[in-house]
Amino acid sequence: MSAADFYVPESEAGLPISLSRVGKTFGKLSVLGNFNLDVPAGQFLAVVGRSGGGKSTLMRLIAGLDTPSSGRVAIGGRTVERLHPSVRLLFQEARLVPWQRVGENVGIARGADWQEKARRTLADVGLDDRENDWPSVLSGGQRQRVALARALVSEPQILLLDEPFGALDALTRIEMHRLLERIWTERGFTTVLITHDVAEAVALADRVVVLSGGAISLDIAVDLDRPRRELADPRAVDLQRQILEAV
Amino acid sequence: MTDTSVAGYAAGDTRSKPNFKRLGSALLPWALPIVLLVVWEIAARTGLVTARLMPAPTTVAAAFWKSLLNGSLIVHTLASTQRALIGLAIGGGLGFIAGVVNGLWKPAETLLDSTLQMVRNIPHLALIPLVILWFGIDETAKIFLVSIGVFFPIYINTFYGVRTIDPQLVEMASVYGLDRKALITRIILPGALPSILVGLRYALGFMWLTLIVAETISATSGIGYMTMNAREFLQTDVVLLGIIVYALLGKLADVATRAIEKRVLVWHPAYQGGQEGGR
Ligand SMILES: Nc1ncnc2c1ncn2[C@@H]1O[C@H](COP(=O)(O)OP(=O)(O)OP(=O)(O)O)[C@@H](O)[C@H]1O
Ligand SMILES: [Mg+2]
Repeated sequence: MSAADFYVPESEAGLPISLSRVGKTFGKLSVLGNFNLDVPAGQFLAVVGRSGGGKSTLMRLIAGLDTPSSGRVAIGGRTVERLHPSVRLLFQEARLVPWQRVGENVGIARGADWQEKARRTLADVGLDDRENDWPSVLSGGQRQRVALARALVSEPQILLLDEPFGALDALTRIEMHRLLERIWTERGFTTVLITHDVAEAVALADRVVVLSGGAISLDIAVDLDRPRRELADPRAVDLQRQILEAV
Repeated sequence: MTDTSVAGYAAGDTRSKPNFKRLGSALLPWALPIVLLVVWEIAARTGLVTARLMPAPTTVAAAFWKSLLNGSLIVHTLASTQRALIGLAIGGGLGFIAGVVNGLWKPAETLLDSTLQMVRNIPHLALIPLVILWFGIDETAKIFLVSIGVFFPIYINTFYGVRTIDPQLVEMASVYGLDRKALITRIILPGALPSILVGLRYALGFMWLTLIVAETISATSGIGYMTMNAREFLQTDVVLLGIIVYALLGKLADVATRAIEKRVLVWHPAYQGGQEGGR
C-alpha cells in the first residue's frame, strides 16, 4: 500500500478518474456492464440512481475497495489495483471510532503533526475546540463533519462521498452542502458525490450522471453560478426535472 | 434551550435537602445486613441456635481479632491471594492470547476452537483428583486449577469481542491507511475491551470458587486450609471467618473490575455523565 506505486503530481489539487469498459458482476448478477466514465481533475460530479443500481459498487471500484470483473479503472492515468493513498471516502454513516476522541478520529492515520493538523481541519469544518470530545456526545451532523475532517486532513486529491448526508435533517443537510461547496472551492479536489437527492446533486455538482440499468442514462452539465444559494432558480428546477425523468 | 433551564430549575429545587437524602440512600443497603447481624447475635446468645454450629457475630469478630494479632489471617489471605493472582495471570493471559489469535486468524480458529469448546464442557473442578495425582498438593496443582477456571471466560469473551467488531470500522480503517498493527491496537482490541472485561468479571468469580475448593481439598496454607483446619478442631467461628474473608475478597475483585471498567470505558455512553453502567 505504499504511495510510491502511484504517480502523484505534487502541484495538482485533483486527480482525474477514468473508467473504461468496466463491468462488475456478483455471481450471476451484473451490476455494471461496459461502463465508461471520465471525470476530469477537480470536477464535482454527482451520481444519481435508483437504490440497488450500483452506485456504491461504482464508488468501491474507484476507491480500490473492490476490483472490476472486466475493464479498467484508472486514477491519474494509473490503473487502480488497491487503495489509493490520495483517495478518501465518506460513508453513509460517519464511522467514527467510538473509543477515540474527535481529534484522534480525525488524525486516525497519525503521521507527522497529526494533532495540529486535526485541530486545524476540525476548525475548518466548524468544530473548533471539540477535539477532546467523545464521538458519542456529538449530533449526527457534527459526526459527519468529523468524518469530513478525517477525509480532508490528509489533503486528498479525490473525495468520494457515498450519500453522506442522507441521514441528516434538511437544515443540517443544507449546512453541510455549503460547507462542502466552500471547501471544494478552496481546495479543488476531484469529487464524486453519490446521492438519491436530485436537488442535492444540482445544488452541488458541476455535472450530474444518472446511473440506470448498469449504464449511464443521462450525463448533464450543471452550469450555475457558485456559491449556489438560489434554491428556486428556474434553471436548477429545470435540470432537476430532466434528471428525474432519466432516473 | 428550554430543556436546560427546566433541568436547572429542578436541580435548584432539590438542593434544600440533598445531604439528608444522600446519607439515607447510602445507608439503606446496610440496613438489612445490620438487622440480620443483630438477630443472629440475639439468637446465638439466647441459645436459640447452638453456638457450636453457629457462633455469634461477636465471637466471629473475636476470632478475627485473634487471627489478625497472631498473623495467621494475613499469612493465609496472602497465600490465597497470591495463588489467585498467579492463576489469573497465567490462565487469563493464555485465554486472552487464544481469544485474540482465534478471533483474528481463521486457521487458528478452525484448528483450536472446537477442541477448546469441547474441553470447556468438562467442569474443571472434576479434574481435581487427576491434578492431585499429577502435581500432588503443592502450589502447582492449585495454580493449574485456577488457570483453567479463568481461561475459558476470558477466552470466550475475548474471542467474541474480537469477532463482533463492526466490519464497517475495519473497512474505514483500511481506507484510511491503517496498517495491521494499528488496526489491532487502535480498533480491534479497544473495541473488544467491553467484552473482555465482562470475561474478566466472570473469571474472577471462577478464580475464587476454584481456589476455595482446591484449598479445601489439598493445601497447607490459604483461607481454604484455614477453614478446613478449624473444622477439625470444631472452631466454627474460624470457619465462618474464612467464609467472610472469601466473600470480602470476591467483593474486592468485583469493585476492582468495576473501577477498571469505569476508567477504560470512559468513551462508552453507558459510563458517561457520572452514571454507572447498567448491568
Ligand atoms: N458484495 C456483494 N455481493 C453480492 N451482491 C452485491 C455486493 N455488493 C453489491 N451487490 C449487489 O449489487 C447491486 C448494487 O448494489 P449497490 O450497493 O452498488 O447499490 P446502490 O446503488 O449503492 O444502492 P443504494 O442507493 O441503495 O445504496 C445490488 O443488487 C446489491 O445487492
Ligand atoms: Mg449505496
